[in-house]
Amino acid sequence: MRRLLLLCLLPPALALATAPTARASEQHPTLGELEGEVMCPTCHTTLDQSSSPVADRIRVFIRARIAAGDTRSEIKSKLVAQFGPAILAAPPHKGFGLLAWWLPMAGLLAGLGAVTFAVWHWSRTRAPAGPAPPPGEALEPDLERRVDEELARLDA
Amino acid sequence: MASSLKLAAQALAVAAVVGLLALLVWKVTHQPGSGVEKALSAGRHPPAPLFTLTRLDQPGKLALASLRGKAVVVNFWASWCRPCKEELPVLEKTWREYRKQGLVVVGVDAQDFTTDAKRFARKYGITYPIVHDAPSATVDRYGVTGFPETFFVDREGRLVGAHIAGSILSTSEIKAEFEDSIRRALRS
Repeated sequence: MRRLLLLCLLPPALALATAPTARASEQHPTLGELEGEVMCPTCHTTLDQSSSPVADRIRVFIRARIAAGDTRSEIKSKLVAQFGPAILAAPPHKGFGLLAWWLPMAGLLAGLGAVTFAVWHWSRTRAPAGPAPPPGEALEPDLERRVDEELARLDA
Repeated sequence: MASSLKLAAQALAVAAVVGLLALLVWKVTHQPGSGVEKALSAGRHPPAPLFTLTRLDQPGKLALASLRGKAVVVNFWASWCRPCKEELPVLEKTWREYRKQGLVVVGVDAQDFTTDAKRFARKYGITYPIVHDAPSATVDRYGVTGFPETFFVDREGRLVGAHIAGSILSTSEIKAEFEDSIRRALRS
């Protein structure tokens, strides 16, 4: 139970811990960061993996906007206005794009639920172990006789 | 109880797999523009996908539907595309030569910065209408996979002639196809 609670608290704790870094990155993005988040529209890879003419042109634009003091969101918005939402590497948080965000989460939750249920179900249906005989208690006569016979056979 | 739960879980898993498979099939069969290419290859004349896009040569928008009754050359281009630069003088000459007969060349700039496209149009003295396809929706509807690409629309709004993927100057055969497609668009 404690582990489950820890598992639930871990994501928000991580989010809180990384929040200042994320805020700094939003206010003062670098070309390197944005290159991994922006697509090259002709080669369908992220910008950091492309050296096509349009990718070079987009890099020039990003550098200029960073120098002008634009935030990460502002730069992305300007790129979307010119190239459409497909310029962003991450799918949009609306319409069909929502599936890409929520389907893995739903799958993870469903898996977690299934495992939890399976463990609960297994622990409930397992046959309870019989009470251990108190030490020193005599064996059943038949069993005692068999044990004696076996011991005698071993001695002989 | 246990067996019914197991059955329900199995049904749920099968339903999830079927759902994902259906999604995949839907996505594959609804590839944008694939219908246009198929129809043209089969010699059919499908209606040209309509668009209303922001003009770069002047304020306002241009709707393809507003050009009904005219033959239209739809040329997809971008300012960073070298073959696009090379064929621009031919497109400009075509527009000047045939406009009195009712031909319009429309340059659809896509995957490009509007500032670059405007500068480019000024530099090369383009006088035909230029529009910007910001979300590349028109590019998708026509099934454009690279730049430049050229389509021909007749006076009734149907795609006719060749679909030229690449520069209209790449070979003498393609140049001849270009001229023949213009004649076909004007003839209707």
